Amino acid sequence: MNPEIAIEMRDITKTFGNVVANNKVCLDVYRGEILALLGENGSGKTTLMNMLSGIYYPDSGQIFIDGKEVTIRSPKDAIELGIGMVHQHFKLVDNLTAAENIILGLKGKGRLNRKKVAEEVLEISRKYGFDINPNKKIYDMSVSEKQTVEIIKVLYRGANILILDEPTAVLTVQETEKLFDILRAMKKDGKAIIIITHKLNEVLALSDRVTVLRKGETVGTVLTRDATVMSLTEMMVGRAVSLNIERPEPVNPQPRLIVNKISCVNKDGVKVLDNVSFIAYSGEILGIAGISGSGQKELLESIAGLVPLSPGSSITYYPEGPDKPVELVGKRPLEIRKLGVALSFVPEDRLGMGLVGSMDLADNMMLRSYAEDRFFTNRKGPRHLAEEVVRQLHVVTPSVSTPVSRLSGGNVQKVLVGREISLAPKVLMTAYAVRGLDINTSYTIYGLLNEQKKNGVAVIYVGEDLDVLLQLCDRILVLCSGRVNGILDARTATREEIGLRMTGAKGGEHHE
Amino acid sequence: MNILNFFIASVLSACPLLFGTLGETLTERSGNLNLGVEGMMFMGGIAGLAGSYYYETLSENPVVWVSVVIAIVCSFLCAAFGALIYSVLTITFRANQNVTGLALTIFGTGFGNFFGELLSNSAGGYAAVGNATKVAFNAPISATLASSSVVGKLLFSYNFLVYIALALALFLTYFINHTRTGLNLWAVGERHAAADAAGINVTRYKYLATCIGGGITGLGGMYIVMNSASGVGGVWVHNCISGYGWLSVALVIFAMWHPSRAIFASFVFGALSVARFYFPVSFLPDAIYEVVPYIATIVVLISVSMRSRRRLQPPASLGLAYFREER
Repeated sequence: MNPEIAIEMRDITKTFGNVVANNKVCLDVYRGEILALLGENGSGKTTLMNMLSGIYYPDSGQIFIDGKEVTIRSPKDAIELGIGMVHQHFKLVDNLTAAENIILGLKGKGRLNRKKVAEEVLEISRKYGFDINPNKKIYDMSVSEKQTVEIIKVLYRGANILILDEPTAVLTVQETEKLFDILRAMKKDGKAIIIITHKLNEVLALSDRVTVLRKGETVGTVLTRDATVMSLTEMMVGRAVSLNIERPEPVNPQPRLIVNKISCVNKDGVKVLDNVSFIAYSGEILGIAGISGSGQKELLESIAGLVPLSPGSSITYYPEGPDKPVELVGKRPLEIRKLGVALSFVPEDRLGMGLVGSMDLADNMMLRSYAEDRFFTNRKGPRHLAEEVVRQLHVVTPSVSTPVSRLSGGNVQKVLVGREISLAPKVLMTAYAVRGLDINTSYTIYGLLNEQKKNGVAVIYVGEDLDVLLQLCDRILVLCSGRVNGILDARTATREEIGLRMTGAKGGEHHE
Repeated sequence: MNILNFFIASVLSACPLLFGTLGETLTERSGNLNLGVEGMMFMGGIAGLAGSYYYETLSENPVVWVSVVIAIVCSFLCAAFGALIYSVLTITFRANQNVTGLALTIFGTGFGNFFGELLSNSAGGYAAVGNATKVAFNAPISATLASSSVVGKLLFSYNFLVYIALALALFLTYFINHTRTGLNLWAVGERHAAADAAGINVTRYKYLATCIGGGITGLGGMYIVMNSASGVGGVWVHNCISGYGWLSVALVIFAMWHPSRAIFASFVFGALSVARFYFPVSFLPDAIYEVVPYIATIVVLISVSMRSRRRLQPPASLGLAYFREER
């Protein structure tokens, strides 16, 4: 390894109001190495990196680039120092093409030569093995394509120091592999790379060293080859954590929801759900596995009454006790919700569905309850609930009257999941409930779901991590292109089998 | 012949709208929704008139072209000053753009009428620019060509400001679509944070686009004051802008934020506003004609908002303030 030091950050402190995001943080990165920056949600990783890329300005501390002390006042300064950052939420202009986004803000001849730029972009693509169409508009692109544009943008500007903020959070397994190959090629090229991620197996597979932050402070730096999942988790959380997910046996399972032959066509006329049938039992966690975009979102939304279904579809809800079964198809979302069918949907855009960013925690809790108030709204209950959620889920927030948009992504998610669970639903649907959450919070959420299960709730859990699905769920339904490709017993199923069924390599015409 | 005259009158009446639309298009491309166009037109109008008038009264031998240039420069600067106030409030202090724009309209309207009356009163009730200047603002660019043939009349019977406005429209089209600076401006209006992360100085772009855009709308105000198509020209008429600024704001939407489409858009509205003189229908009261442009605006706004094509959308960050360290 070339021991030339690329970045040195010394005693960096940054506060937002009375929230201390970084407290005397130190970090160094060498050329030709990949450093993983690890920490729980809200531990200040992104804030620290934003100070390197010029988005934030540190309150105190020093930054050295190539041994020289520098002041980074704006993203422009960072670019000139050869620092490029791929943000978690991409900073691209949707209405422009890839090439236009790549050259944004660069000096050059006044007249724009789009052809030449496209050629230069293709040249970089060939060098590192990207696959990109420079003339495609960003709004036509998939998430992974957008990420590619961001990376090329950074390289086009001649960056020697690359920062990637949770680059794999939205990628499929294959896309992640491809990204890692590219990062390794860059490392060989002598670039210094910092990657922020929650996924410990990725840290172990990719990085050379790991720096761990906890609550805005540096815990330490270790060589990856000396680290294990266990040791890193302990550093992050500050204590030993059991990595086994509990799976209580279902008690007296009763059919709660019978989904019968539902089909659904999206706006473009494509069949996104095709003849899906299954039964969700009370006191059971039903996992749903599938490659992203296989119909998971539509499935949950159709149960919640948010999307219209094709004729012949039927979803029947069997209430507890002597009440008669109810047909959900054709009911309005509010009526379905009143029956106790809760959808806690955690999509890529956490604030997009379910929470209002500019409202505080208590008011966001109220969104679910204010309709029952007569005329004057009741703030006390929601406030109480918000405090309860903050306490139980360890939400990092100055108070319950802080706008949700001020919280870090993981904490926002805790608020959403916490609220939905507090409604004491009979059917609880969650999608990607732990996406972007650190390991400790993820386990808290698994615990919450198990608690619901013990209370006799039928839990439907859409997940990405197969290992978690296998450990947490009782049964796993595999979706493949909108069809059910097998419902497996999670206690006996294997990772490989689910993987094969997800891609359609196994199962095929098999119907339950 | 009537059709020909109608066309010419439409163009003449469209010209101030074109200035207003172009200025506001430039402004909105930077993400600033400046509703103060009406006010800036008032400011530009009175400043142009006052500049020209005082030059002619104070100078021994006023030269026509100097008077014209002074009018243009004064109106541009005064309206740009109005836009500067708006910029300081909305960009630096991140005030609400709608409220600030409305305040600018109210301020500018009062500013124009106050100084307009003051100018008239100080001159003994009537303050007008010299006849030569009036002619310079209203005469066809080439009288010989204009009277030579139908085509000549169609092409050359407008005052020089019409050609400036057209040239400006073409230049802005080229600027936005084919230059790096234009691309950067576009990005600023679409997504402040993305432009900032790409190393573009968002604040500078917003200030410049808003102030230059404001100056351009001011020229529209000066045109209305100097133009004598309505009978009087080169003199202050109380409330003379009378909604042209608001029409411009609507036309920006009609033109889908494209300077080249602004030419067509303002022509249509210019035509609607003069139609009653050329196609009078006896049983229709004048008032009906007066409201036609506004009804057309409403129809256009509705149809535009119903379209969902990605290309024809307003700049995505329109109306939003930007603060880099916001979480």
